[in-house]
Amino acid sequence: MPTLTQMTLAQARDGLVGGEFSAVELTDAHIAATEAVRDLNCYILETPDAARDMALAADERRSRGEGGALNGIPLAIKDLFCTKGVQATAGSHILEGFTPPYESTITRQLWEAGAVMLGKTNLDEFAMGSSNMTSYFGPVVNPWQRTNDDAKLVPGGSSGGSASIVAARAAMAATGTDTGGSIRQPGSFCGIVGMKPTYGRCSRWGVIAFASSLDQAGPLTRTVQDSAIVLGAMAGHDPKDSTSVNVPVPDYEAALGGDLKGLKIGVPKEYRLDGTPAEIEALWEEGINWLKAAGAEIVEISLPHTKYALPAYYIVAPAEASSNLARYDGVRYGLRVEGGTPQEMYENTRGEGFGVEVKRRVLIGTYVLSAGYYDAYYLQAQRVRTRIAQDFHEAWEQVDAVLTPTTPSAAFAQGEKMDDPIAMYLNDVLTVPASMSGLPAISVPAGLSGDGLPLGLHVIGRPFDESTVFKVGQVIEEAANFTALPQLMAGGA
Amino acid sequence: MSLDKDTVRRIATLARIRVDEEALEPLAGELNNILGWVEQLNEVDTQDVPPMTSVVETEPFQRVDRVDDGGQVEDVLANAPEEAEHFFVVPKVIE
Repeated sequence: MPTLTQMTLAQARDGLVGGEFSAVELTDAHIAATEAVRDLNCYILETPDAARDMALAADERRSRGEGGALNGIPLAIKDLFCTKGVQATAGSHILEGFTPPYESTITRQLWEAGAVMLGKTNLDEFAMGSSNMTSYFGPVVNPWQRTNDDAKLVPGGSSGGSASIVAARAAMAATGTDTGGSIRQPGSFCGIVGMKPTYGRCSRWGVIAFASSLDQAGPLTRTVQDSAIVLGAMAGHDPKDSTSVNVPVPDYEAALGGDLKGLKIGVPKEYRLDGTPAEIEALWEEGINWLKAAGAEIVEISLPHTKYALPAYYIVAPAEASSNLARYDGVRYGLRVEGGTPQEMYENTRGEGFGVEVKRRVLIGTYVLSAGYYDAYYLQAQRVRTRIAQDFHEAWEQVDAVLTPTTPSAAFAQGEKMDDPIAMYLNDVLTVPASMSGLPAISVPAGLSGDGLPLGLHVIGRPFDESTVFKVGQVIEEAANFTALPQLMAGGA
Repeated sequence: MSLDKDTVRRIATLARIRVDEEALEPLAGELNNILGWVEQLNEVDTQDVPPMTSVVETEPFQRVDRVDDGGQVEDVLANAPEEAEHFFVVPKVIE
């Protein structure tokens, strides 16, 4: 049997059900693992005392024959989720010390399913970033290192702490949020599974907002099965979020398995970007062959507006961010920097409280929404967004899912790509089109780069068809047989 | 379209973000790079294409219009940097 921190969430669940160990034992093992990998800076706040209390309660429930799908499973929570009585910062100085008096719908559902909270994970400030370098609480270290090189690598972002802690075997799973790739790109960089469900599948209530028409929560796990289990507990309609969709949540775990006979998988030619490393092209070819071998029919498709998704995203997301972040005014919560007038107090508070990237995006967003520029920038971007979504809409007449690489590179070192915002934005070039179209998409670890770093493949599905995305993802997972382990993990490699 | 220093100052005021005078020029450069890069969106033919308003085609959920929450003054004020007698306190507004 694998150790308590090496096993998958599904194995741990079955072990708890079978009475092989208790939730307290499982949680204590993960608290010890958390201490062992503390140098990765995955957490903004560890909550070991709460974790032990929750584990004890889970064991008591089990002794009474009660408990939900995640009873006794220790999870890490991205510090973008409001957790009642536990600090929530969004990785920002401006929210430091904020203690929400309410619980986000997703975390409430996770606790109702019996899960245990290990802590609040580090992230790019307000989820704006692809490296976790913009956090006020310092960068997160990727547990993976290049062969013969101990340079500290980024875990990706924005859900960098969540991805890193799961990869380091110190949490069974973590929640993330994905606006343009913030679950899938760190999943790919850290060699784990990252799932962004359909927009509207998970409630955004109590999740600190970045770009409301794009933000969607989802799980980071070590296997596709674990992803299906955790998403099952996170998903569902919530009357408190008017964009949450009232459709039944299927049993994702039960839908796994079987071959892909009868399924058509699209391969979009526009995702073959200039400058993509040959090893990523080769991995994509390998993925195509794996799906063929599982019985799928491969269809070359065209998504002609792909190249416009990223620039359109960098209008839409900052525009929405500039209005969402207007609430941080030094009056109601978080940081206040005094000034002689309310205007001065707002400007001082926001000038000091926001980091460089957040300010840059709020300023861009303010500009593209300002009088005289709204039509040229914002409306044009939303029109382009319609065309991007139409591309996929037409593709669904031909295929059931789409296969692409997740990222145009493996994890890079801390400090790289920091001088040029656009170079950093290009990390998300392959994940943003699905975000702009609200589609479910998963990244599954599929191979290693020449210097020993994980690379992911990316499966995009029809709206609300996470089941097919999981099914295709699991075929990739099984064929890839990705057993490599990171160097910096709890228990040692 | 190109942003100059004065435009950045005006946007920063609109966004209520203090930006030091010496930071305006470099910021204008960065913002111009980003705006130059997004110019490519003008290549897309968007004649008669409606702007996206909702990414998921669904009927909005309807609920009964009634008060189901409220009366939580203590919770609302719990995180306030400064409060007095159940109000948020701000710098003097009226001279």
